[in-house]
Amino acid sequence: MVSAPRSAIVPHAILIAGLVIVLFPIFVAFVAASHTLPEILNAPMSLVPGPHFLSNTIEALYAGTVKTSGTPVARMLFNSAVMALAIAIGKIAISLPSAYAVVFFRFPLRRTCFWAIFVTLMLPVEVRIMPTYRIAADLSLINSYAGLTLPLIASATATLLFRQFFLTIPDELVEAAKIDGAGPWRFLVDTVVPLSKTNIAALFVILFIYGWNQYLWPLLVTDTPAMTTIVIGMRQMIGNGDAETEWQLIMATAILAILPPTAVVVLMQRWFVKGLVEAEK
Amino acid sequence: MERRVVFAGWLCPAVLLVPQMAVTIVFFFWPAAQAFNESLRRGDAFGLTTHFAGVANFAALFASPNYLASFWITAVFSASVAVLALAPGLLLAVMADRVVRGAALYKTVLLIPYAIAPAIAGVLWMFLFNPSIGVLAALLRWLGIDWNYFLDAPQAIMLVILAAAWKQVSYNFLFFLAGLQAIPPSLVEASAIDGASPRRRFWTIVFPLLTPTTFFLLVVNIVYAFFDTFGVIHNVTQGGPGQSTEILVYKVWYDGIVGLDLGGSSAQSVILMAIVIALTAIQFRFIERRVHYA
Repeated sequence: MVSAPRSAIVPHAILIAGLVIVLFPIFVAFVAASHTLPEILNAPMSLVPGPHFLSNTIEALYAGTVKTSGTPVARMLFNSAVMALAIAIGKIAISLPSAYAVVFFRFPLRRTCFWAIFVTLMLPVEVRIMPTYRIAADLSLINSYAGLTLPLIASATATLLFRQFFLTIPDELVEAAKIDGAGPWRFLVDTVVPLSKTNIAALFVILFIYGWNQYLWPLLVTDTPAMTTIVIGMRQMIGNGDAETEWQLIMATAILAILPPTAVVVLMQRWFVKGLVEAEK
Repeated sequence: MERRVVFAGWLCPAVLLVPQMAVTIVFFFWPAAQAFNESLRRGDAFGLTTHFAGVANFAALFASPNYLASFWITAVFSASVAVLALAPGLLLAVMADRVVRGAALYKTVLLIPYAIAPAIAGVLWMFLFNPSIGVLAALLRWLGIDWNYFLDAPQAIMLVILAAAWKQVSYNFLFFLAGLQAIPPSLVEASAIDGASPRRRFWTIVFPLLTPTTFFLLVVNIVYAFFDTFGVIHNVTQGGPGQSTEILVYKVWYDGIVGLDLGGSSAQSVILMAIVIALTAIQFRFIERRVHYA
């Protein structure tokens, strides 16, 4: 064993410093969400949590803030959940079949299709803002869940990951299926999908986070408070940061916005770490 | 790599591919083609008609001090975010690889920022450094620093770099840790038997073996800083003060959506596309090499 270190104090000290830097901004948001607005404005605010966390959270959830015309944060959470789930499930649902098609068949334009999917890696929405917005408008997708999700649902990453995995499925399995008289659909449903369970779980975590944390696209494609996602809603609550900014509610909202994706990452950590490192290979 | 045993027919794969290809064509290729087309056109003063203008939009961009400044800001921002997210990521991964007790807890907590949207990371740090109510702003003032990022450009840039990098450390930590755990212990042990100090072992054995991971992460971090930090800028500074934090992605959005300059914004889109293509090409070259090393 190399590392029978004389003392592990230094690594622990550095790691604890890392934890402090990670947790401090979240802790301060939590503390602010537990104070009243005057207590926050009377700078510097006390770093000891106050008694108002629950009441502020409930007020944000059900009554909303002045600057978002009273749209309840519960509604924004719902919108974010729909968006994240639809994107994660949608991306998996269209990527798994397309990877299956390019791996298990030979047909004209197969390589073209694969490259077309691959090239989308190089066309993030950030580089084609205006025309994508116009297409969404032409298709009447503004302020709709379809508009929030459909344009983001193509996935080169997921297709590449499934393709990589499908290439490792032994030929014997395919041959056995053929001997048993199973066609391509049967083989997909009975063999390939069950074998892909771990990959699907890992991708789900990554894509859920991706969907939940979208910013630019929902900002473009929604303009009514009722369709706002929680990440966009926070921006609108802050406005220009003047005296009426309800920081206690904004920070309660921040905690609400952080909680679901954090829970997914922490609870599904094992799959997520494996999936992330593999998806990017 | 190809499979030997495959199924026959073309109808089945065609059906399987239709959804992905439809979304790809309608929402990726069509808008990208539109961006190209519009980048070569200019509207009249009333915005009613457009005419072919060749490379006039591009020429105007590269003659514009604002656009050139935005390039420079983006370069400084991306390089700083990459370094500030990579170095602590590596340090923490090396330390996490050394400890036994508490390793799972450290790892879990260090993962959390990965789950947080860049835009929300921006809000959290903005709140800490808000000149009038921020806890850390109060600390800076107590230390005698005149802190007001609303007015001071370098302070504004530092703040957006900090927020963007904080969120990305998790990702780098994870990849460095995976890289470290893939290094055969026998290599490090051999060098320990030869009497190399831990520091020397790290720089002569471990770090060179991590080079492919580092290059890969460098590209990923630059791509992140270029394209995924729009929410940080939009929340924290809105490009200000003046245009001091107006990175390219913010400018393409601002000129297109707020300024309604279609041709100029599309030309910027095309330039950004060229940048992503270059970065992706570099990234995949390094991955090829990584496969050969492994």
